[in-house]
Amino acid sequence: MALAKGAPESGAVANPATPQVIAFWRDERKRGMIAQVVVVAALLGFIWFLLRNFLIKQEMSGAPPLSLYFLQDVAGFQLSFSLIPLTLDSPIGRVIFAGALNTLIAAFFAGIIATFLGLLVGIARLSKNWLISHIAATYIEIIRNIPLLLQLVFWYGGVLTALPKPKDSISLLDVVFLNIKGLFLPKPILQEGVGLFFIAIAVAIGLAIFIARWARKRQMATGQQFPTIIVNTALIILLPAFVFVLLHDPIGWEFPEKGAFNFKGGLTVQPEMTALIVGIGISTAAYVAEIVRAGIISVSHGQSEASHALGLKSSWTLRLVVLPQALRVIIPPMISQYLNVVKNSTLAGFIGYADLFAVIGTSQNQTGRAVECVVILMVFYLTISLIISTIMNVYNKRAALIER
Amino acid sequence: MSTQAQANPSGADLAISDEVMIGLTGVNKWYGQFHVLKDIDLTVLKGERIVICGPSGSGKSTLIRCINRLEEHQRGRIVVDGIELTHDLKNIEKVRREVGMVFQHFNLFPHLTVLDNLTLAPIWVKKVPKKEAEEVAMHYLKRVKIPEQAGKFPGQLSGGQQQRVAIARSLCMSPKVMLFDEPTSALDPEMIKEVLDVMIELARSGMTMICVTHEMGFARTVANRVIFMDKGEIIEQNEPEEFFNNPKSDRTKLFLSQILHH
Amino acid sequence: MTDMTDQSIVPGTRPDLPPPVTESGVIGWLRHNLFSSWWDSLLTLSAIYIVYLIVPPFISWAFVNADWQFLPSVISGEKAPEFSDCTSGGACWIFVRARFGQFFYGFYPDAERWRVNLVLVMLVASIYGLLSERIKNKKPIAWFFFAVFPLLAFFLLYGGIGLPVVPTQQWGGFMLTLTLAGIGIVFSLPIGILLALGRRSQLPIVHLLCVLFIEFARGVPLITILFMANVMLPLFLPQGVEFNILLRVLIGVTLFASAYMAEVIRGGLQALPKGQYEGAMAMGLGYWAMMRLIIMPQALRVAIPGIVNNFISLTQDTTLVAIVGLYDFLNIVRAGSRDSNWIGTEIEGYVFCAFVYWIFCFAMSRYSMRIERKLQTGHKR
Repeated sequence: MALAKGAPESGAVANPATPQVIAFWRDERKRGMIAQVVVVAALLGFIWFLLRNFLIKQEMSGAPPLSLYFLQDVAGFQLSFSLIPLTLDSPIGRVIFAGALNTLIAAFFAGIIATFLGLLVGIARLSKNWLISHIAATYIEIIRNIPLLLQLVFWYGGVLTALPKPKDSISLLDVVFLNIKGLFLPKPILQEGVGLFFIAIAVAIGLAIFIARWARKRQMATGQQFPTIIVNTALIILLPAFVFVLLHDPIGWEFPEKGAFNFKGGLTVQPEMTALIVGIGISTAAYVAEIVRAGIISVSHGQSEASHALGLKSSWTLRLVVLPQALRVIIPPMISQYLNVVKNSTLAGFIGYADLFAVIGTSQNQTGRAVECVVILMVFYLTISLIISTIMNVYNKRAALIER
Repeated sequence: MSTQAQANPSGADLAISDEVMIGLTGVNKWYGQFHVLKDIDLTVLKGERIVICGPSGSGKSTLIRCINRLEEHQRGRIVVDGIELTHDLKNIEKVRREVGMVFQHFNLFPHLTVLDNLTLAPIWVKKVPKKEAEEVAMHYLKRVKIPEQAGKFPGQLSGGQQQRVAIARSLCMSPKVMLFDEPTSALDPEMIKEVLDVMIELARSGMTMICVTHEMGFARTVANRVIFMDKGEIIEQNEPEEFFNNPKSDRTKLFLSQILHH
Repeated sequence: MTDMTDQSIVPGTRPDLPPPVTESGVIGWLRHNLFSSWWDSLLTLSAIYIVYLIVPPFISWAFVNADWQFLPSVISGEKAPEFSDCTSGGACWIFVRARFGQFFYGFYPDAERWRVNLVLVMLVASIYGLLSERIKNKKPIAWFFFAVFPLLAFFLLYGGIGLPVVPTQQWGGFMLTLTLAGIGIVFSLPIGILLALGRRSQLPIVHLLCVLFIEFARGVPLITILFMANVMLPLFLPQGVEFNILLRVLIGVTLFASAYMAEVIRGGLQALPKGQYEGAMAMGLGYWAMMRLIIMPQALRVAIPGIVNNFISLTQDTTLVAIVGLYDFLNIVRAGSRDSNWIGTEIEGYVFCAFVYWIFCFAMSRYSMRIERKLQTGHKR
C-alpha cells in the first residue's frame, strides 16, 4: 500500500497543459448550443413555409393585405345586448369592443356566483351533517362530470324556455319578475344627495380599518383585547343607514311594470345572459367547492390540535391558525378558476349571447378577415390570462411559506 | 481498461505514475457567490482508501461529487484514471463508468426490482447481454448477503438492505473507484453495522475508495489516510493513527473532540 | 372505582361492553350525523325538504310517468315514431330509443357499424390490459395501443383496402366524441412529454419556446383554437393541400391537449427526488437513456391520475366542436330534438346526453382517484 504521507504533492497532475480542443459534438456546452440552433432553425423554417404559403395564396386570391383598418368599416349587424350604445352604422371595432365588455360583465357576475356558491358547497361538503355533506358531494359529482356546454344549453333551452310567458310571470314581492323574456329587477335611480350616502359608506369602511389596526396595536402593546368584529359590523351597517334615513331615501327605484306584451322599465337581464351567468356560475362553483375543501383539509389536523392545546378557542384557531394556512392553498387555484370563467364565457355564442367570441365569429364571417380576427381574439384572451397570472405570481411571492 | 490512457493522449501525460488513480489540482468551485471548494489538491493512489470528514457545509460532499462530475468544477483540473474531466461528454461518460457512487439516500430506482436496478447500467451503458448481467448481479448480491431479495422492489427492503443493494449496484459496473457520500447517515443505528461490514469487506479486496463519513471506527479500521475539511479547504490529512491521536490543527482537535465525546 | 373489593374480574380480562345506545346503532348514527344540535337538526330538515322538492318529481317524470314503448303501429312499420306518440306527460324516452343508433354512430352507414364496434372492443380491451394489475407484461399491449391500434382504427373507421370508405362527414355521435378525445390524448402524450422536458431544460431558448407554447395554449379558450384551426389554418397550407374539417379540428384539439399534458407530466417530473437523476447519472446513463429508463417511467406513473383527468376534460371539451359544424354526441342529440317530429324533446335529449357523459366521466374519475390513493401509499407493490 503506497501511503502518501502528509499532503501528497500535486506534481502528479501538475503541468497546466494547453487547453484541449474538444470535438464539438462531444462538448456539453456546444451540444446545447447546437441543439438550440437546430430548434430555432427548424422553427424559423416552418414559419417561413407557412408565411410563403400564405403570401402565395393571398396573391392568387387577390385578398387585401393584412390590416386592422377594417375595424373602422360599418358593421351592419347589431348585438342583442350591449353596455355601450350601438347602431347598425357603428364601426366593427366598436361592436367588437361591446362584445369584449359583454364577456367581461358576464364573467364578472358568473365569478361572483361561483365564489359564494362554491364556498357554501365546499363548507357543506365538510359538514359533519351526513345529509348536507352528501348533497354537496352529489352536486359536485354531477356538475363536474357533465360538459359545461351541455349544462348551458340545458339551462337555456331546457329550463329557461320552460319559464312562464310574461302574463304569468313568477314574481318575488311584486318587484322582481322572472319570465321567458328574462329577469326584471328594480333599477336604482340616484337622487340628489346620494353622494353623501356613498361617502358615509366609505367613511364607515375607513373607520373600521382604522379601528382594526388600532385594536391590534393596542393588543400588541398592552395585551388588552377589543371586540373588533362586533364594533366594526355595527359601524358599517349603522353609519350608512343613519345617513340614509337622514337624507330621506337618496336612492329611488324604478320598478318594472307590466306592459302590453312584457315588462317595461326597471332593469332587464336577458335570458341568454341569465343562462350564461347562472350556468357558468353553478358549474364553476363545483370546482371552487373542491378547492375550498382541499384547502381546508390541507391544514393538518395536528395544527388545530396544537392550537387547541395552547388554549386558543375554536374561533381563534380558525382565524389565526387554520384559515391563513388554508388560504395559501386555496387562493392560487381560485385565481385560475377566474381565468377559466373568462375562458368558458366563450360558450355564450351557443346560446345566443353576444360575447367577444360570438362577435368576432360574425365579423370574420362578414369581412373574411380570418387572420386579423383570430389575432384580436388571441390578444384579448392572452391579455386577460397574463393579468391573472401576474396577480397570481404577486400573491405567490407574498404568501410563499418561508421554508429553507 | 489500461488502453484508456492511450486512447486519451491529452490525459496521458497527466498520469505520471501508473499508481495514481485520481488527481485534483487547484480545484475551485463556487455556488453563485459562495466559494465551496478552495484550491483543492489531492492525489489518490490505486488501492488507497481515503476517509473525508468535516463539519456539514465544509464541501466534502461537493468534492467527491466533482470526481464523477455530478457537480462541475470551475477552476483547476480533475483527472480520473488518466481521463481529464472537461466539458467533453465522452470523457464524462468514461469517468462515470469507472467510478461507482453510493449516496446517503441510496437513490435506488423504486420502479425497478432489485435485480433490474443492478442490471440496468451494465445492459444499457456497458452493453452486456442480459443473462450475463444477471449473473454478475447475483454474484454481487451474494457478496452483500441479500441474494434472496433479488425479485423485490426497493420499497420493500429495510434501509440497510437498500444501501447494500446500492453498493452492489455500483459494483456491477466493475468500477475502479468507489465514492461513498455519507452512506450510513440516513440509517437506523442497528443497520449501520451491516453496511459498514460490506464496506470493510470491499476495502479488504483492494478497491480504491473515497468515503465521506463520520464513522471513525471505520476510518481507523480501513483508511490509509483521513482528510479533514472545513470551509472548502483541506485542513489536515494524515494516517488514521496520527490523525486521531495527534491532530495538528486546532480546528481538527475541536472537531474530533465534538464527534468523539458527545 | 369506588368499590375495589367487589371486583371479581382479573385485570386484563374485562369483557368488552357494548357502548351506550346513544352512541351506536341507528339512533347513535342519527344523533351523530344528522341531529347533533338544534342547528344541525334544522339543516337536516331543510335539506330533506329540498331533496323532497327535487327528487320525487324527477323520478315521476323520468320513470313513473315516462313513455318507453313504441306504439304498435310503429313496430309494425305503419308510421314513423314521433313526439305525439308520448302521451303520459312524463319523459318521452321513445325519442331516445328511436334515435339511439344515430346518437352513437352518427351518420355511419348501418351495414358498416360493426367496424366501429370492433374498434371500440379493441380500445376497451387494450385500455383494460394497460391498466389492469393482473397483467404484468404491458410492453406488447403498449406497442399495440400506441403504434398499431391508431393505424388499424383509422383503416377500420375510414375504410380503404377492400373496406368501403366512410367519409368523415358521416362520422358523428358518441363515436366521434370518443374519436376526438382518444386521438387528442394519444397524440398529445408524446408532444406533452417533449414540451415538459423542454420546459425543464437548461437550454434557454428551448425552455422559452416551450413555456411560450404551453402558456399560449393554456391562456386561450379551446374554442378559439378550434376557430383558428378552422378559419386560419387553411390559409397557411400549401396551394392544393386541403385538410378536411375533422383533421383541422384534430390538429387544434391535439395542440391544445398537449399543453395541458405537458403540465401534468411536468408535475410528475417535479415529484421525483433529485437523487433519481443523480443515481442515473452516476451510473453513466446519458440524458435520453436516463429519461427513458429511470425518469419517465416514474414520472408518468405519478402523472396517470392527471392524464386521466385530462382525458375527462377533453371528452367534455369535445362538445365545442359543434362550433365548426361537427356532429359530436351533444350536437347530434340537440339536432335530433329539433327534428320536426320531435319538437319538445329537448329536455329528454339533454338528460340522456348528460347521463351518458356522466357515467363515462364519473367512472374515469373514480379510477383516477383510486390510482392516486395507491400512489400515495408508496411504491410498494
